[in-house]
Amino acid sequence: MSDVALRMEHVFKKFRKGEMYDSLRDLIPALTGKLFRRQELDKNDEREFWALRDISFEVKKGEAFGIIGHNGAGKSTTLKILSRIMRPTKGSMVVNGRLSALIEVTAGFHQDLTGRENIFLHGAILGMTKREIQSKLDQIVAFSGIEEFIDTPVKRYSSGMYARLGFSVAAHVDPEVLIVDEVLSVGDYLFQRKCVERMKEVIRGGATVLFVSHNLKNISEFCDCCMLLEKGRAVMTGPAHEVVSNYLQQSRSSQSEEAGSSAAFISKVRVRNEYGECARFQSGEKAWIDVEVKARACCTKLAIVLCITNDNDEIFETSTERLGHGSFSLEEGEVFSCTFELSLNMPTGIYHPSIMVWRHATQTGYDQWAPAATIYVSSEDDVQGIAHCFPKVVQKGTRPASDANYVLTAGAAATESESSSQ
Amino acid sequence: MNEKLRELYRFRELLYMIAYRDVRVRYKQSIMGILWAVLMPILIVGAGIVVRYGYAVASGKPLQTGDVASVAVKSLPWAFLVSSIRFSCTSLINNQSLVTKVYFPKDIFPLGAVLASLFDFFVASGALVIFLLAIQVGWSAQLAWVPLLLLAMVVLTVGISMVVSAASLFFRDVKYVVEIALTFGIFFTPVFYDVRMLGSKGQWLLFNPFAPILEGLDACIVRHQPPDLPWLAYSFTFGLIVLLGGYAFFKHLEPAFAESI
Repeated sequence: MSDVALRMEHVFKKFRKGEMYDSLRDLIPALTGKLFRRQELDKNDEREFWALRDISFEVKKGEAFGIIGHNGAGKSTTLKILSRIMRPTKGSMVVNGRLSALIEVTAGFHQDLTGRENIFLHGAILGMTKREIQSKLDQIVAFSGIEEFIDTPVKRYSSGMYARLGFSVAAHVDPEVLIVDEVLSVGDYLFQRKCVERMKEVIRGGATVLFVSHNLKNISEFCDCCMLLEKGRAVMTGPAHEVVSNYLQQSRSSQSEEAGSSAAFISKVRVRNEYGECARFQSGEKAWIDVEVKARACCTKLAIVLCITNDNDEIFETSTERLGHGSFSLEEGEVFSCTFELSLNMPTGIYHPSIMVWRHATQTGYDQWAPAATIYVSSEDDVQGIAHCFPKVVQKGTRPASDANYVLTAGAAATESESSSQ
Repeated sequence: MNEKLRELYRFRELLYMIAYRDVRVRYKQSIMGILWAVLMPILIVGAGIVVRYGYAVASGKPLQTGDVASVAVKSLPWAFLVSSIRFSCTSLINNQSLVTKVYFPKDIFPLGAVLASLFDFFVASGALVIFLLAIQVGWSAQLAWVPLLLLAMVVLTVGISMVVSAASLFFRDVKYVVEIALTFGIFFTPVFYDVRMLGSKGQWLLFNPFAPILEGLDACIVRHQPPDLPWLAYSFTFGLIVLLGGYAFFKHLEPAFAESI
């Protein structure tokens, strides 16, 4: 019981659609109107809108829990209820420990105050005491990387600097329970990396973290467990990578149904190892990708393109045509299937295979799932870059710099045989 | 209620920061700087002198320094009341992003607005003390009443601030109603005049809970008399009821702030 940091039990949240009376001028006539026309009250029920329906979950102390879902699925509402900004219509929740919510990192900033003053103001808003802020001031300023401008009013900051300062303050609160809503996407690439590192540090420090993000990579990187929300309902809760792949799969299929006009469409993509569907691989391991394409109408000269990306770049691309299998044609209602076999010669990381149905002659793509899946590759070797060449050090030694002819003892056979032949 | 107050105490540093921010921003942007705090009282005193002069001419008695002193003494609390209510009225709306994005007791906003106005009040009081010394009003043991009177003033002001800040979040035109009330309120409050000047009917004006406080301050600072205790007790009770009721009202509505703003 006591190791639970956050718990929600059957939480419902109702909002009203449409405009509410927000001035006395409108309210008073409306109220008098209501007295005479009773039946109008029933109409209000149609305007109700359930933002959350029956959400239950539990986060243990020290665990990182992610929430994903489309826009409007109820993620932010969940966080606002947990952070007590809003009250649930029904249901209950428990928060054990000092909670801090990073919902908008610059919400507390005042334009006319300097960076330094805003650090104190924002820190106080996030629940830090003045002494605490004072002791962390140097750290915060250094983290933000804007030492030079710390005594300049923040209205003169660039938007990047503004957000960086906001995150820096937020990152130095040490709460027992931390709620994070989409705040890691501030600043430039380097700063984002810094934020991610800082988050990991917070998690390692034993804090419980509840995390909402559209950056699925962050979710699967940080979180042990994850919940998928859809239209206010919890569709799936489980290990983060499973929920993330499921979410991707789902959004793909709903996308191609929407793009229902094209003649051929992808109906299935599955990544597997020898035993079955799989998302985690070792470097160098073999993976198979099954693809199925259906035709709504007759189409000719098709090829299937496979492309793999990491977060930033395309690292690999090929197609059935390029692999020497020519193009294929489909009659209405026919299904084409193929399987790619790959050797995953890449370093530790997260990769996204994408599939596209392509017609070379007209340079048109019929359908595309990008990404079609997410795979996690791990390697015991510490290598960086985009390819894994399975390096080994087979020889090493030290020699004095002055002696150019010094011959290494081990593995020097080739040199020796050369000199003996002379 | 007890728990709510403990929470407020836990966030006391934020309260100071919010008040500090309001003061800092107000003074930073104005060329007049600290003069800002005394500007409004000076205008009120100026208007009061005109009214008193008119009264003096009509009644045939000359204008006395005591009259000017009493207008000056009363104008500061009135300026405090007006600026507290005006700032707290918009305090929640102007901090919309904080209301919807971060959790902390939201009573910090109206309280911060009152606290910032209280700062102005004390700055202006410094100027007033110099002025009173200059015109040689003198002092007496009656000055001991002043802290109690100021407490009554703050209690009432905080209570009203709670109500108007929460109400204006739900109904945007509350702001205009409050503005009109503040503009004409000065005619129903003995700032420019004394209740005694209106004869026996003047007593009715003391039902305005702010009136006994102003009359009391005038009595013990300028006239060296004790304040009218029954009326002061009335003001105090009224203020406490408004404060408790206003706080309960605010706290009752607080959970709906984020979705209604």
